Amino acid sequence: MDKDDTLTKAAQAAESAQTMTGAQMVIRALKDQGVTHIFGYPGGAVLPIYDALFKVEGITHVLVRHEQGAVHAAEGYARSTGKPGVVLVTSGPGATNAVTGLTDALMDSIPLVVLTGQVPTHLIGTDAFQECDTVGITRPCTKHNWLVKNVGDLSRILHEAFEIATTGRPGPVVVDIPKDVQFQSGSYMGPQSIHHRTYRPKTDPDLSSIVKAVEMMAAAKKPVFYTGGGLINSGPEASALLRELVDLTGFPVTSTLMGLGAFPAARPEWLGMLGMHGTWEANHVMHDCDLMICLGARFDDRCTGKVSSFSPNSKKIHLDIDASQINKIVRVDLPIVADATKALREMVRFWKNQKHKVQSAALKEWWAQIDQWRGKKSLSYRNSDSIIKPQYAIDRLYELTKHRSDVFVTTEVGQHQMWAAQRFHFQEPNHWMTSGGLGTMGYGLPAAVGAQIAHPDALVIDIAGEASVQMTMQEMSTAIQYDLPIKIFILNNEYMGMVRQWQEILHGKRYSHSYSEALPDFVKMADAFGCVGLRAEKPSELDDKIREMIAVKRPVLFDCRVDPAENCYPMIPSGAAHNEMLLSPDDGGEISEAGKMLV
Amino acid sequence: MHDTKVKQSAENERHTLTVLVDNEAGVLARVVGLFSGRGYNIESLTVAEVDPMARTSRITIVTSGTMHVIEQIETQLRRLVPTHGVTNWTSAKAGIEREMALIKVAGTGEKRVEALRMADAFRARPVDTTHASFVFEITGAPSKIDSFIELMRPLGLVDVSRTGVAAISRGPEAM
Repeated sequence: MDKDDTLTKAAQAAESAQTMTGAQMVIRALKDQGVTHIFGYPGGAVLPIYDALFKVEGITHVLVRHEQGAVHAAEGYARSTGKPGVVLVTSGPGATNAVTGLTDALMDSIPLVVLTGQVPTHLIGTDAFQECDTVGITRPCTKHNWLVKNVGDLSRILHEAFEIATTGRPGPVVVDIPKDVQFQSGSYMGPQSIHHRTYRPKTDPDLSSIVKAVEMMAAAKKPVFYTGGGLINSGPEASALLRELVDLTGFPVTSTLMGLGAFPAARPEWLGMLGMHGTWEANHVMHDCDLMICLGARFDDRCTGKVSSFSPNSKKIHLDIDASQINKIVRVDLPIVADATKALREMVRFWKNQKHKVQSAALKEWWAQIDQWRGKKSLSYRNSDSIIKPQYAIDRLYELTKHRSDVFVTTEVGQHQMWAAQRFHFQEPNHWMTSGGLGTMGYGLPAAVGAQIAHPDALVIDIAGEASVQMTMQEMSTAIQYDLPIKIFILNNEYMGMVRQWQEILHGKRYSHSYSEALPDFVKMADAFGCVGLRAEKPSELDDKIREMIAVKRPVLFDCRVDPAENCYPMIPSGAAHNEMLLSPDDGGEISEAGKMLV
Repeated sequence: MHDTKVKQSAENERHTLTVLVDNEAGVLARVVGLFSGRGYNIESLTVAEVDPMARTSRITIVTSGTMHVIEQIETQLRRLVPTHGVTNWTSAKAGIEREMALIKVAGTGEKRVEALRMADAFRARPVDTTHASFVFEITGAPSKIDSFIELMRPLGLVDVSRTGVAAISRGPEAM
């Protein structure tokens, strides 16, 4: 930039500078960033901001019932729209209650801007009422955070916060704003005047590695695309480009839990999810492939199984926007550090321009092998006439909603989450929201609130468990307040099912504290909240009840009573490799001592 | 066949890293928290603002780990928002590493004379002298300071204060 340019920019910035209070700056910055919805809960240290919000048009504030709910709702909003989620909470307990949500968003790379009130600057460090070291507590669970000590820094920091949350590898950020800073007057600078001193995420791929990647793909005899949440985060174009790349190559595709929807489950190249509860074919393809093209996934332990036996004979290409993910768990042959959309665009371009052809004879053999693995039908289960099997419940929920393109599914964490991932098939990105990295029970209900806020006419379903859902149950009240017709579909097996399953397999069937005793009557509870309660106990009544749930334009708590003893298969036991899967309880499931040590 | 797995059993190596960061509130906590949160070692750490106009601070860290861990540390440090750059003086770039120490030795008679003689050989300078003690200032590679401390131990060593390593590149270029 030359000197004249700098001067013009400075002049423009000065012109656009306006004097206002810190609280007004917050609202103005949110508007300038295009924010239309925020999720929050007021308290003493954010009252000036709430006061500024009181008279504002164009920003809808959604009052949650607990700050954790605000953050998960913002995550659901962000993941279903591709826009950042915004949260406003008070100091002390407001901030500490947000920590689980922040950690969840950090693990799953969800862009959030979380604004926290803080005690006035002169009281910081005095153990003041509702004081906590918010930036200290949230430093390890945010992409970045700030304590704003001068009102003169506030607008710059707010715009930097949006930039950092949404670019590069997305993630949550916290801006901690003391109450006196909210009252002070200063000059507001618009987003155009912001240029961060150090933050420069690398998003353009190195073209020589793209050339190498397409050459490796053209030479591959047993390839697989292993895709992850990075493709979703990169935006819908990344999913479109993946489809084009598969059109060009005919390679099989598997995905992590986070990446479901990037590739349509209806297409023949789709293998299903991989990993601990992935399909037989996906995991065997991963184990036996000769080229693994990892796109926006991070070789998580739930995906790799035993690392020392992970895909032993393959070359590996790893595309990730975050350089620290390269070679973290698995040593790769060709790293590509870039935004997925940009890299995939170049891969498609180079494949076409260089007129690459696949190894069709070898690929035909590879597909024949894959068809054999598919023949195992690893997701099959024994159905029952008398008791609802959880798999059957999800199959029916899917069948009765699959004609709609506006279905958004969130989940809690546990068996129901895995069954949903296996059996609820997604054709498009941004329609599936689940807590992948952190595994946060209680995520799904508030996430459904956020998704429904963003898509008021859509069908938003939280596939839940009776244990998880009780962790953030209070947000039903939020759903009522804002007329959000979310459907909470509880697979009620009266157990923390995944805990029970592990106790059965690993701990001699000693079901220590995993039985959900003293369960509430969910139908009465629905009534108490002012929403609709439904219960299904027999397979024969399930379809009608699901139809009723969908038809009701109000929030629904659906108590689906399912087989309490059902386990989630297939399963790679802890410490085992991809080709050592268990398909059913009959497979035994000896778990090594080393495996028992793993989570 | 190429090695597909990240080596887990490789030997621990000691590396000296320099991180140039924006001197903003909490930046040292970010760096230190990264090390403790991910289970990396810190053997020594020095930090000071080096450019008051640009408000940049230079953090020099001596750490140890397998080569895989060292690579992870570097990429994780680069990922921190206030980081300008990271240099590894052990594996990437030729650097000079120096440490300063203040070493207090108490004693009288022959031991006191011997301590002074040793200090002279190591080019350690007495910066405080009483009838019963010396404080020596010594600068050099950490290994030289280690040796000097060992030599002082039987001669009445009572206290040691070390700065940790500072590092800079050889030749005309900046880091």
